[in-house]
Amino acid sequence: MAEKLRFRDPELAKEIVQKIREVTPKDETVKFCHVCGTHEWTITHYGLRSLLPRNVEVIAGPGCPVCIVPAAEIDEAVQLAQKGVVITCFGDVLRVPGSHMSLLEAKAEGADVRVVYGVSDAVEMAVREQDKEFAFFAVGFETTAPSTAVEALGNPPGNFSFLVSHRLIPPAMELLLGVGDLNISGFIAPGHVSAIIGMKPYELFPRVYRMPTVVAGFEPIDVLMGIYMLLKQHAEGTARLENEYARVVKWEGNPKALEMMERAFAVTGGNWRGIGRLPDSALKLREELVAYDAREKFGVHVKQGKDILLGCECHLVIIGKIKPNECPMFMKACTPAKPIGACMVSSEGTCRVWAKTAAAQAVSQ
Amino acid sequence: MDFGEGVLRDVNVTLVDAKVGDYVLVHAGYAIQTVDKEDALETLALWKEILAAEKEQGS
Repeated sequence: MAEKLRFRDPELAKEIVQKIREVTPKDETVKFCHVCGTHEWTITHYGLRSLLPRNVEVIAGPGCPVCIVPAAEIDEAVQLAQKGVVITCFGDVLRVPGSHMSLLEAKAEGADVRVVYGVSDAVEMAVREQDKEFAFFAVGFETTAPSTAVEALGNPPGNFSFLVSHRLIPPAMELLLGVGDLNISGFIAPGHVSAIIGMKPYELFPRVYRMPTVVAGFEPIDVLMGIYMLLKQHAEGTARLENEYARVVKWEGNPKALEMMERAFAVTGGNWRGIGRLPDSALKLREELVAYDAREKFGVHVKQGKDILLGCECHLVIIGKIKPNECPMFMKACTPAKPIGACMVSSEGTCRVWAKTAAAQAVSQ
Repeated sequence: MDFGEGVLRDVNVTLVDAKVGDYVLVHAGYAIQTVDKEDALETLALWKEILAAEKEQGS
């Protein structure tokens, strides 16, 4: 784009910060929650919290798709790998702890576990190596689920199947509203999930819960603007659904992607690591695609796993109840090099994002 | 697909209506939305509008 776009313009940032100060209430703490690992990255990387008035807090909700995969589903992937099925997955998933071991540990013991950039790479591998069974570990929110749908509906080869672990964001947001002392005053809704699902699924937050909700993009100006729009609603005493990220998010979302998701998946209840079971929050392949369901194909069903190790506070970090540095293990027993909890494993995990920034600050000082 | 700075990779465009020369938002190898320059410029206009509206109210 020839025009110089101002998505990281420091002067514009200053102007917005000034506006934020003007509409921030003097006598109360206002807390907003985002539900996206990339928002946390932008906020932490650009130090946006340091620009906000002291009584404006931004907390991270369950926005890391890898962190919330329950141990039982990691166990299923490990079991498939141990049965000789080639497990293909995103790199972030490798080190996520299962009840007994991670996929990386299974790989170290001889299982064939391969990192792919996307599900299409996994399908290509299966086409090339017809003598092996392949399963794609389909982790991710609504941003990733459509790509799984494309391949599931595209007549995958007979030696290919899916271990579906997709989860849906709006039910997790609804859960946060029920967490007693979280006291959220507004949602920063995730930009790329919304590129798929559109604005409509968020309507209930202002309408039913009187919760200001702004869909925001991922540049620093986007996030500051989103916070300003929420503060303005707060000051006016209103609750609306607004779209800061209109260059990507349309009201109707991506109809093509939604249609394919609808054809490939049924909505079902699902477990979230650190949270528990949420109704209507997970996807499973529809009956007509059951031949491609790895759980059915290989008879692998793990009902319960060990989600949180003793001393790990991931379950509190995931719902925004505590900050990473309030966990006694953060950067002591649990580091990016030797993660204990899922939040330290994924590059989208809140602890991992904080750890990287802490390390960068330590170097620059 | 050109990711900029010489990074080239095949991207699956089943989920969008995109033609050669369009900008797309890519997630895990799949284009999930088209982004055009007009939309981007509209965002800038929207920001200005929101900030300006506040100014008028304040004065």
